[in-house]
Amino acid sequence: MKNNLYSYILGIADNSLILGQRLGQLCGHGPSLETDIACTNISLDLFGQVRSYFQYAAKIAGDQRTEDDIAMLRMERDYKNVLLVEQPNTNFAFTIGRQFLFDVYHQAFLTELQNSNDFTLSTIAKKCVKEVSYHLRFSSDWVKRLGNGTSVSNKKMQEAIDDLWTYTDELFYQTKADKQMVFEGIGVDVTNLKSNYYSRINDILLEATLEIPESQWFQTGGKEGIHSEHLGYLLSDLQYMQRTYPNMEW
Amino acid sequence: MVATTDQNIDQVLISILEKVSDPEIPVLSIMDMGVVRSALIINGNVKVEITPTYSGCPAMDVIGDDIKKALKHAGYESKVDLILHPAWTTDWITPRGRKALEDYGIAPPLNPTADKEVLLEEKRMVTCPNCKSTKTVVVSQFGSTACKALFKCEDCKEPFDYFKCL
Repeated sequence: MKNNLYSYILGIADNSLILGQRLGQLCGHGPSLETDIACTNISLDLFGQVRSYFQYAAKIAGDQRTEDDIAMLRMERDYKNVLLVEQPNTNFAFTIGRQFLFDVYHQAFLTELQNSNDFTLSTIAKKCVKEVSYHLRFSSDWVKRLGNGTSVSNKKMQEAIDDLWTYTDELFYQTKADKQMVFEGIGVDVTNLKSNYYSRINDILLEATLEIPESQWFQTGGKEGIHSEHLGYLLSDLQYMQRTYPNMEW
Repeated sequence: MVATTDQNIDQVLISILEKVSDPEIPVLSIMDMGVVRSALIINGNVKVEITPTYSGCPAMDVIGDDIKKALKHAGYESKVDLILHPAWTTDWITPRGRKALEDYGIAPPLNPTADKEVLLEEKRMVTCPNCKSTKTVVVSQFGSTACKALFKCEDCKEPFDYFKCL
C-alpha cells in the first residue's frame, strides 16, 4: 500500500516539477516583462506545491531520502510526469497552449483530490487548487487573446493546440498504482474527468475562434516512465548542481 | 480532524510576534497578515505554527527565522512549524493589515467575485492607493510576487500592486 501511495504522490508531483522547470526556463526570456513574470510566478507556485508533495513522499519512504533527493536524484525513467508538461517552450503560443491544456486538467484534478481520504493529500489539494485557478485564468485568457488577435497569432495558437493535442489523452491514463489508490479512496478516478475536460477545452477554443483538433491518435508513455527526448535535456539542466556537487545544500 | 479557522495564540506572545514583519512588505506585521495560526508556551519553550500565503512563497523561511529571533530576544527558545491546513485566505488579513497595505501602496484584496471581475473583465473597482481613483485597470494578472497583480491608475498614471484574493 505504501509503495502505491509513494508512486501515486510522485506521479502528481512530477507534473508540477517538470512544468515548473519548463516555465522557469523562460525567466528573463519571456516575450514581455509581464508574461515573463507571470510564467515564473506560476513556476514558483508549482515548485512550492512540489515541495509539499515530496516532503510527504519522503516521510512515507521513511528512509534517508529527502525532498531534494526525490526531486534531483532519480533517473529519467523514474519520473512519471505526463508527456505534455515536458514539451519545450517552442514559442509563446506553445507555452500558453501547454499551460492551458494542463491547467484545465490540473484544476479539475485538484478539485477532486480535496475529497481524498488521505488527510495530507486533501490538505495539499485544498491549498493548491486556489493557486491553480489563477494559472487557468492566465492561460485561458491568453489562448483567447492570441486566437482573437492577428492572423499570425491565431495561426500560431492553432498550430500549438494541434501539435499538443496528441498529449492530452494521457492525462486520463491510469497506472496500476493510480487504480489501487482510486480503489482505496485516496486517488482521483481521472477517467471521470475526461468528458468535462474536453467540453471545457472546446468552449474556450470556440471563444478563441480556434478549431478543435480532430485527430484521435494519442501519445502516451510518460506516466510509465517512457518519455520524449525532451525530458533528458531538461533533467540534465535540473540535476546539474546535485550531480556535480553531490549532497550540496543551499 | 476538525478544521478550524481560529487562531490559538498565547496573550503574552502577541506583542512579540507583532514586531515580526513580512520581509516583502515591511510595514505589515505577520500577525496582521494572519499567517501565525498558533503560538503556545509549553514548558517554557514556544511552539509556533505558521501557514504560507502561497505554496511557493519564498518569504516563509525568512519569517520562520525572524520569529525565532524575536522570541529568542524575549528569552524564549522556539520551534516553528509550517502547516497547510486550513489553507490561508486573504480574509485573514486584519483591517489594520489592509490599511497598512494600502498606505504602503498595495491595493488590498476585494471579495472573490469582484476579484474575478477586475482581473478578467477589467472592471474598474480597485482603488488606486496613490490617488484613491477607481479608474484603474489590470496590466498583468501576476505582479512582483505570486500573490499580487499589476494595475495602473488612469488618473494619476501610477502603476501599483493589487493583492489578489486567495
